[in-house]
Amino acid sequence: MMHEDLALTVIGMWAVTFFPRWLPVFALSNRKLPEPLIKVLEMIPVALLSAIVFPSIFVSEGSLDVTNTHCFTAVPTILIAYVTRSLIGTIVGGMLVYWLAGYLG
Amino acid sequence: MNEPLKSDILSGLSAALPICLGYIPLGLTFGVLAQKAGLSPLDVAFMSFIVFAGGSQFIAVAMYSGGAAMMSIVFTTFMVNLRHFLMGSSLSVFLKGKNRWTLTLFAHTITDESFVVNSQQYTKKDWNMRRALVVNYAAYVSWFISTVTGALTGRFIPENALGMDYALTAMFIGLLVFQMKHAVHLVTAIAAGFIACAMASRFKGNGYIIVASVSAAVFGAMLNRMFERKENHDA
Repeated sequence: MMHEDLALTVIGMWAVTFFPRWLPVFALSNRKLPEPLIKVLEMIPVALLSAIVFPSIFVSEGSLDVTNTHCFTAVPTILIAYVTRSLIGTIVGGMLVYWLAGYLG
Repeated sequence: MNEPLKSDILSGLSAALPICLGYIPLGLTFGVLAQKAGLSPLDVAFMSFIVFAGGSQFIAVAMYSGGAAMMSIVFTTFMVNLRHFLMGSSLSVFLKGKNRWTLTLFAHTITDESFVVNSQQYTKKDWNMRRALVVNYAAYVSWFISTVTGALTGRFIPENALGMDYALTAMFIGLLVFQMKHAVHLVTAIAAGFIACAMASRFKGNGYIIVASVSAAVFGAMLNRMFERKENHDA
């Protein structure tokens, strides 16, 4: 049986997660946006992805760290992605390199 | 089944496959941690079904097991997930003329991963709402199943088996490499990454993701405009 406070927490989490997901999709999709805004929105995927992935490689526990396993594994992973052009190949290859790095280091 | 529907489902599933592959280890890990924090498989199912946002689910479980107040968990979730506003805004360009229920169903399942895959496919032009929905819902189902499986079988899975905790980082690196079509993209990516790292090492929380991506996107768009002007001028 679920605790009542946990159920309420999860419902609260849903509300604050769903609204920012839904509002722009609902409100902006049938509107003509100004051209400069569209140009900025086109750059969002690359920018957002980098803003997520760079810290996950170079920042650990709140400070810059260029000597962790994620860091060393990033270079071969980029090479695998560049050469294979396959997302699944990159994931499997990257995991293997990471596993080996942990095994050896 | 008619041909266009069948081909939409197949294209959607093949685009979603890497996401599902990345979600399996992540979802299992989440399920294990949640079980250790005292959540039942039913709790995990409920959370994955109605929230469906990986990062915030991890944080919520950690906070919950640490005895955090409900309001602080909800507020943290809000801050962590606010970035979906950017993704929704960016995707809205491709969603003209769709009905409200379709848009709502789509919006509920926007994640970092499906957002990147769908925007990449939409810019290739052979994409449509049905394919985008298949991507989102395939990811949703694989997240749901793997988190619940993790909660049920958690104690038998060793931590970081076969580099599992690297799966998502590897996928993000791959997606980023494939996005590099022009020098402007590379400069934008480096700018966003630099700002994000500088901020993440100084401030608590995830607010840096929004600040870094918006400022880098504005910078990238301005740079693009300069390039285009120069090209027009040269021609």
